[in-house]
Amino acid sequence: METSTVFVALFLFVLVLLVFSPIMTWVERKQSALMQNRIGANRAEVFGIKALGLIHPLADAIKMIMKEDMVPTGAHRFLHLVSPFIAVVPAIISFAVIPYGGTYQMWGANVSLCVADLDYGVLYVFAIGSIATYGSMLAGWAGNNNFGMLGSIRVSAQMISYEVALGITVVGLFMIFGTLRLTEIGVMQQETFRLFGFLEHLDLVSAGTAWLEWIRIPMWGIVLQPLPFFMFLTALMAENKRAPFDTPEGESEIVAGYFIEYSGMKFGLYMMGEWIEVVVISALLTAMFLGGWSLPWVSESGMISALTPSFGENMANLIAMVLAVHVFLIKVVALIWFQMLIRWSMPRFRYDQVMNLGWKILLPLSLANIVITAFGILIVQEVTR
Amino acid sequence: MRTALFWIFSVMAVGSALGVVGSLRSPINSALSLVLSMLALAGLYVLLEAQFVGLIQVMVYAGAIVVLFLFVIMLLNLRGSGAGSAESRPIGKAAGAVVAVGAVLWLVRRLAASRAPWPEVDPTYGTTRAIGEALYTDYVLSVQVAGVLLLAGIIAAVVLAKKKID
Amino acid sequence: MGDVLPFHFQVVAALIFAIGALGVMLRRNMIVMFMSIELMLNAANLSLVAFSREIGNDQGQILAFIVMVVAAVEVAVGLAIIISLVRNRDTVNIEDTSQMKW
Repeated sequence: METSTVFVALFLFVLVLLVFSPIMTWVERKQSALMQNRIGANRAEVFGIKALGLIHPLADAIKMIMKEDMVPTGAHRFLHLVSPFIAVVPAIISFAVIPYGGTYQMWGANVSLCVADLDYGVLYVFAIGSIATYGSMLAGWAGNNNFGMLGSIRVSAQMISYEVALGITVVGLFMIFGTLRLTEIGVMQQETFRLFGFLEHLDLVSAGTAWLEWIRIPMWGIVLQPLPFFMFLTALMAENKRAPFDTPEGESEIVAGYFIEYSGMKFGLYMMGEWIEVVVISALLTAMFLGGWSLPWVSESGMISALTPSFGENMANLIAMVLAVHVFLIKVVALIWFQMLIRWSMPRFRYDQVMNLGWKILLPLSLANIVITAFGILIVQEVTR
Repeated sequence: MRTALFWIFSVMAVGSALGVVGSLRSPINSALSLVLSMLALAGLYVLLEAQFVGLIQVMVYAGAIVVLFLFVIMLLNLRGSGAGSAESRPIGKAAGAVVAVGAVLWLVRRLAASRAPWPEVDPTYGTTRAIGEALYTDYVLSVQVAGVLLLAGIIAAVVLAKKKID
Repeated sequence: MGDVLPFHFQVVAALIFAIGALGVMLRRNMIVMFMSIELMLNAANLSLVAFSREIGNDQGQILAFIVMVVAAVEVAVGLAIIISLVRNRDTVNIEDTSQMKW
């Protein structure tokens, strides 16, 4: 393994576990407070420094670690211990295939900002997401509690229903880009296409008209497939069991569902898994639909070759790499904000509404999307021949 | 490295297969051993350069089929109905084990004669693109028939599991 | 691949198949029997993929893929049957569902 891969993996590890998960609790509290016109949690202080409530995640962690770890009688001890980990680990290792930037040549080393540039990158995320079902499903069973088991049944049915829609919604995107590799998808989204270029091919406008060059749109996934973006977002949020889809942990219906026999840090692990999954959802959507690590209309290779005369090749690559990571993280943060917005504004769906959405609305729409995308690709190939 | 991985995955697969069959306490233990066995087999597939089949094994088998098993076990609330006195058949187990081990040993003796090495395959062997191209050009009939079979299976499952509406 | 020969995979597949067959014959719990059937299907898949790699083309992998699809359908329908059976006979022991005389 190259040293650059190790460093990228370490960077991601630190970013995810030490930065994102505590900050997400703070984001949830403060954003919900802003939306609900209150202040939120701001009492925790260290030596009188309140830091806008950022000490609270630390206080939460200390509280959870020091709580008594109860295992109810008749519970399956091994499953009770292992289920939180089965829920958290898939969320964390999904980061392995997500590219934070392209590949850069710096000081003789070929640095690729993607830990595992797999040929079947997105399928890996889906496969790992299928395993995450077990963490929630076994939790309710392991607690030897009727409410817990009811939550387990609900959660397993919900998660496997939305896995179907998850896979099919993005098939249209893969048909257009022709690859499953997330780094290649990120590179392909840097191209632009002329919005009215088809007029030239249909001979309505003479070839080489200048004004056609002005109206160029970047080939982002959301431009090519707007509806699948929202369908994919919906399916991923339903997989995450957050937002309006949290019937399994329905606090007013079945008394915390499958979480019911968990206390202390094990419960904290479930919450952490959900928040890390929010980040994974945002990162995946950014990499596939929102142009990844590149600014719109700015091609990265063009930028590097423009910067090289003044800064030298190494520094130009370094600047491009830092810019790429920043752009990616800004887009991820925007999507996290959007998901929190949805979570705190929509009421919880009823269970049959959730199943209805998954099977009767998302699935036919995604299948229709595949057919329409196929027609679109054929038409474009015919017109531009 | 690959030898070590092969031995790890093989021992895990065979061990969890024994766990599926021999776990007498609860069907949940059998189901969890089945998941482990599926994951170990997926690892063996990836060792055999069959990436797509390995991924589909995790997605379909370990991620959906065994989830369905667990769902049914939970739905029917089969807590400890793993074994009763009806499960103890010492003569049957002994005879079965002898026959199984004998058959495997005979197989090993037959196959061990040929020590042919692995042929070289190009890097596109077993990738999603290669399998996809083959599935939709040479074997498109089997894909269509599999689709019809899936449709029939869905309808059958829905009809069978419905409660009677009198 | 180091010193892992092709027939090593066949031996592993044979072992898993034998264990699955023993499970079907010796266990009396319906669901565990069904899981043993899945083990046998998996062993056949492993054998197919190993032979496919030994020969060098991808026909075995495609057959393994179709076998996985068929196994998925079989599990769905089989579990539906098991649900109906357990609901009707109120037992998960397969010998209690037999209505034969002996």
